[in-house]
Amino acid sequence: MFWQGNVACAEAAVKAGCRFFAGYPITPASEIAERMAQILPEVHGIFMQMEDEIAAINAIIGASWAGAKSMTATSGPGFSLMQEGIGYAFMTETPCVIVVVQRLGPATGQASKGGQGNFMQARWGTHGDYSAIVLSPNSAQEMFDLTVEAFNLSEKYRTPVILLADELSAHIVEPVKIPERIVVVDRRKARDHSEPFFGSSDPKGIPPMPEVGEGLNILVTGSTHDEWGYRYTSDPDVHRKLVTRIYWKIEGNVRDIADYEADIDEKAKVGIVSYGCSSRTVYEAIDRLRGRGIRVSHLRFRTLWPFPDWIVEELAEKVNVILVPELSLGQFCREVERAAHGKARIISITKIGGGEMITPKEIIEVVERI
Amino acid sequence: MKHFAVKYLREEKLPTPFCPGCGNGILMNAFFKAVEELGYRDLRNFVFCSGIGCAAWIPSPHFMADSIHTLHGRAVPVATGIKLMKPHLKVVVIGGDGDLAGIGLSHLIHAARRNIGLTVIMVNNMIYGMTGGQVAPTTPRGIKTTTTPKGNLEDPIDVARILVEAGAPYVAKWTTYHVISLKNSIKKALRKKCFTYIEVVSQCPTSYGRNAGFKNPSEMLKWFKENSITYEKAKKMGRDIWKKKIVVGEYVDIYREELTERIRMEDLDYEN
Repeated sequence: MFWQGNVACAEAAVKAGCRFFAGYPITPASEIAERMAQILPEVHGIFMQMEDEIAAINAIIGASWAGAKSMTATSGPGFSLMQEGIGYAFMTETPCVIVVVQRLGPATGQASKGGQGNFMQARWGTHGDYSAIVLSPNSAQEMFDLTVEAFNLSEKYRTPVILLADELSAHIVEPVKIPERIVVVDRRKARDHSEPFFGSSDPKGIPPMPEVGEGLNILVTGSTHDEWGYRYTSDPDVHRKLVTRIYWKIEGNVRDIADYEADIDEKAKVGIVSYGCSSRTVYEAIDRLRGRGIRVSHLRFRTLWPFPDWIVEELAEKVNVILVPELSLGQFCREVERAAHGKARIISITKIGGGEMITPKEIIEVVERI
Repeated sequence: MKHFAVKYLREEKLPTPFCPGCGNGILMNAFFKAVEELGYRDLRNFVFCSGIGCAAWIPSPHFMADSIHTLHGRAVPVATGIKLMKPHLKVVVIGGDGDLAGIGLSHLIHAARRNIGLTVIMVNNMIYGMTGGQVAPTTPRGIKTTTTPKGNLEDPIDVARILVEAGAPYVAKWTTYHVISLKNSIKKALRKKCFTYIEVVSQCPTSYGRNAGFKNPSEMLKWFKENSITYEKAKKMGRDIWKKKIVVGEYVDIYREELTERIRMEDLDYEN
């Protein structure tokens, strides 16, 4: 298929089992909603354009409790509006997928221009303690593949998953290969009261999820709740137990969730760590550097959160310097620096404005100066 | 003998945490009477959605049913998602005026416009009760609250009339004094497939009554009785009457094809 990234995302969602989409128009994510409006009815799914992004996130939460795999797609301003709802999805352990096509901010910013300024927001956007799964594609193909992955992780871990795309991967038109066999994961469903819906004896456990309308008398609340969903807002232990489990069910499985591309030259003294659109510049820069006999390693993350610390640390042990190119003023670099534990010098390469990419030449110039 | 409504309740969660004299119990009673008269022996066919505030605690966790206690103001969009996926369920939103007429008003208007088959019951106590008695968009002019110490300078919103304009096929408004009519309206609403809205003006003796000069809850009920007129009468009077009195009755009761029915018709087209 010769698809735009946003189209690939919508097509993948339906193939992953998505049957409910609620959204609100926003550049540069609107094509996802437009495609969903076309293809969801063909599989008896529901497309709904809501009155705002707050309604969109809450509608997909409702649909998820009615048993549907559900999704919304937005960009910075809409993502900001959705934050309270995303927190509700974390607290109530509601699987759903939120696609965020990054543009330039803060506020309305530059609507149609690419950026990578939502890296931290995707992890820390809503209040309270939790851990988020955030994936980031760098091509139309990965808009397809990682959308499927986002649904699978969401269902497996019973948690919202954020697909943090950017304007480039969303609007680029490229060949997309649909895999012959697509692995689809479905949530573990509660059919009776044999296991609690919101608790587990395992501190990293993922409880089974019931569905409304099946006579189970389920209680769902965003307030602190016990393992059957009853509100307990004054017991410190109930809160501690619930929220630490919600945190550890993700953080404790970071090695299962981590997905990355490693192009490691064991003798290289220069490393580059990137994600999303910036990584495409790095590919070109590395080709040119290697052509000139300069040895470089490259790590490119498909999973941004939970942050795969150990992979960065391993690289930091091998190289002297790590370059971190990104289209934001050092959000990603800050995390790389933390994970490197001082084992390598970190150089941040940043650019914002107009959707202009960091060029291969700019990366090469930094390498030459080292 | 057990009270008739116990079968619809989680008995271990009783008594409710509501203040003495609160109107929430009157609504619960009217709701369950309606449900019983309709022949429901349990609430298996129902899903309740509520937001944040005292009225949102009516179903959650007290009703023996599926009940989703959502964020402040967001019960309607959550209910919309459920109804779209499972149109055969009775999806009922119960909330207060802060929840539905304040922070969540736009969702309510759009639900009425779409004519999605939710039943929304708004308990209008004219105040933010749970947070301690702050002015609400429904608080009458002049009333002293914790955030209007010299009296409210603004006029209240009339949600029922807004929803009529938005296209809601069924809108009724009563007070906790008009229990029988309230029960009958709930019964009627639950029989319908379309979007239905029922407002019940209710007493909050703790946060509203005290500041507004009422000595006890029954004084407030008496005030509801004396200060309300019927919709039919109000229609014949001047515009001012809507600000001076509580206008009770059925504001609209018409047929419009409900949204999930329209979706089902379109769905059949894809089959053919």
